[in-house]
Amino acid sequence: MAKFGYDEAVVVIVGSGAGGGTLANELCQKGVKVVVLEAGALQSPATFLNDEWKSFSQLAWLDNRTTSGNWRVAKDFPNLPTWICKTVGGTTTHWAGASLRLEAHEMKAKTTYGNLKGANLQDWPITLKDLEPYYAKAEDKMGVTRTNGIPGLPGNNNFKVLHAGAKKLGYKEVHTGNMAINSVPRHDRGRCMQIGFCFQGCKSGAKWSTLYTELPAAEKTGNIDLRPDSHVTRIEHNDAGKVSGVIYFDKDGKEQRQKARVVCVAGNSIETPRLLLLSASNKFPDGLANSSGQVGRNYMRHLTASIYAAFKEPVHMYRGTTMAGIIRDEAGNNTKRGFVGGYEMETLSLGLPFMAAFLNPGGWGSEFSWWMEQYANLAGMWIVGEDMPRETNRVTLHKDLKDKWGSAIPNVHFDDHDNDLAMRNHAFTAGENVYKAAGAIKTFRTPPYPSTHNLGTCRMGLDAKTSVCNSFGQTHDISNLFISDGSQFTTGGAENPTLTIVTLAIRQADHIAAQMSSKNL
Amino acid sequence: MKIIPIANSTIALSECEETEGTVTKQLLPLTRREFLSGTGILFGSIAMGSTLAALAPSPAWALELKTLSTAEGTTLMKMGRVLYPHAKLPDAVYALLAKDLDAGDAKTVAMLKDGIASLNKAAKGNFDNANDAAKLVAVKSIEGTPFFNAVRGKCITSLYDNDMAYAAFGYPGSSWDKGGYITRGFQDLKWLPEPSKEASPEPYMG
Ligand SMILES: Cc1cc2nc3c(=O)[nH]c(=O)nc-3n(C[C@H](O)[C@H](O)[C@H](O)COP(=O)(O)OP(=O)(O)OC[C@H]3O[C@@H](n4cnc5c(N)ncnc54)[C@H](O)[C@@H]3O)c2cc1C
Ligand code: SF4
Repeated sequence: MAKFGYDEAVVVIVGSGAGGGTLANELCQKGVKVVVLEAGALQSPATFLNDEWKSFSQLAWLDNRTTSGNWRVAKDFPNLPTWICKTVGGTTTHWAGASLRLEAHEMKAKTTYGNLKGANLQDWPITLKDLEPYYAKAEDKMGVTRTNGIPGLPGNNNFKVLHAGAKKLGYKEVHTGNMAINSVPRHDRGRCMQIGFCFQGCKSGAKWSTLYTELPAAEKTGNIDLRPDSHVTRIEHNDAGKVSGVIYFDKDGKEQRQKARVVCVAGNSIETPRLLLLSASNKFPDGLANSSGQVGRNYMRHLTASIYAAFKEPVHMYRGTTMAGIIRDEAGNNTKRGFVGGYEMETLSLGLPFMAAFLNPGGWGSEFSWWMEQYANLAGMWIVGEDMPRETNRVTLHKDLKDKWGSAIPNVHFDDHDNDLAMRNHAFTAGENVYKAAGAIKTFRTPPYPSTHNLGTCRMGLDAKTSVCNSFGQTHDISNLFISDGSQFTTGGAENPTLTIVTLAIRQADHIAAQMSSKNL
Repeated sequence: MKIIPIANSTIALSECEETEGTVTKQLLPLTRREFLSGTGILFGSIAMGSTLAALAPSPAWALELKTLSTAEGTTLMKMGRVLYPHAKLPDAVYALLAKDLDAGDAKTVAMLKDGIASLNKAAKGNFDNANDAAKLVAVKSIEGTPFFNAVRGKCITSLYDNDMAYAAFGYPGSSWDKGGYITRGFQDLKWLPEPSKEASPEPYMG
């Protein structure tokens, strides 16, 4: 691994997950020197644990946060608004691998959905057409099934139940999904062993994670200096208003200053706006890149919900891939259903410990116990749909509470929009119908978990007055400061976001490298 | 996952029938040194011949409490059974709840002791001896209190993340060490129609 000096003006990337890890590799392949600062520790498939709680404490971001708003997460998990990771590879260690492209109409949300009261809709400053070549690169890089000639994964029992119910109802697009999980050996990684602990880090390495794909590839170039256990607390700028370096605490708790030619922030959509806000200065009193006032706003988390169903016969849903298949028929924009946008239905399974924690947070009594006793006979699905961006749904700095580095902790405020509620109700009914059609004796509506998809808090747009960055993630206010994760999303779409995060990172790398060679950066 | 720390205890159960008071020292020949420092002790047995008994080194178990009395520990176990009633789970699992709660700091202990007292009050003096319906009423009456929240919250990890619960509810836990499920029934469900090969291709078998 390369070692660059603190005084070398390199490209500094904050975070090594889907956005940061991909961007690092893409830049390194072009000969750009990169320092990646990652708050979490280095793990590997060998150290991953097939144990839900132990894995959670090994990989999850557990720093204190607070919540507010009418979303149920604020009541059930007041200090855990999100389920994301603090580890090298970021949340690509925990993720399930579902990799879907955004739809053309979703990138024109304002045009398609119109003016929705209480929603801050905008069209993306780019179209699906602009992204298509980059999507193709991302799918190849990640090895997405049913693209590039890669076969689909074999469906497990949980999928068989979803499939049987869906077919009975006449749903058409039902299959084992587009997954960044090797169905056959590819790119030096083996095929999925159907281990079933995708959320705990894939021990066979079949599932794409920047930890053992992008980052080692970057290392081979000699252009990356990856520093784990390095928590960035501040981005600094010079008198000209360009960013000049970052302050971070290294693994020994020592404060360091790394000089930077360009800073790219990919800390996931809570930490990214938080870092910009924490970096406020005399010149930028509202935080960096925040002349629009939009930093931290328009926080989206995808409409989520789950449905579990009990059957007379065993399912053993925990066997094999966690997200084993999908129904896509409800993903379109069909306003006859009483809402704009759409949702996907994807299988999901939890182990017994997480089932106890998430089935019905706060629930108790004989009904709860009954569900736990059905564990072997349960099937499960997760709903992921488009939620509405709202200016008031936002990440702010807490007035009093500080973390161990003395930085204000983030508060995450979220109120469900009426459209979200209408969609969730529709999705609950549709999901229950699927399982009833497959013969369920009982179904259960599980409320949203802490957010796994976090988006929109530094949105891209054409107008510097109403958005934080341009279509390359370059902030309008500071040309050498980039947003490199899901915070860039103008709107959320119905699809799981990571393929798009990776796609945007590949596109951003091209832009940064070109701007660097033409000395604009 | 936790492994239930059931000691290879030599306590003869017939000698330990009282549920109140201190257990006399001579009943604990092997574990005497540890028990001397404790404030209470919970004990019981697992039905011989059950699947769960196979997991325990001995059918008899004993568990030392550091801060709570035997009576308080017993009340917590019984409250756990009201919150999450499972005929399939032996008392040994509910004893874990008492053990995990007992591990708290002084403030938590005081809160627990007060909470247990209020639960007894709600059950007209004696929660342990109240019938099932009265126990449920008593627990409902304290729902939402910090004590209730602490006990209920702890149940989630104490009761459902241990080897006996896994065995009772049919969750095998770790699978990578057995080679995953690729050859162990991940698609063995036969009671529904099979999906087409386009929807669900054959697994790659190298
Ligand atoms: C259980 C689960 C299942 C999921 N399944 C899917 C799926 O099937 N499909 C899909 O598309 N998406 C899925 N996701 C979401 C996916 O993981 C995220 O969209 C993606 O990883 C986000 O990428 P990112 O680069 O924005 O952030 P992350 O991958 O979270 O990486 C951010 C990194 O930045 C680091 N960091 C943050 N702040 C700092 C700081 N101040 N200093 C230094 N480092 C910092 C963090 O430690 C972290 O490692 C899932 C998520 C979870 C939790
Ligand atoms: S099911 Fe497949 S992708 Fe998931 S953890 Fe196991 S081997 Fe990895």
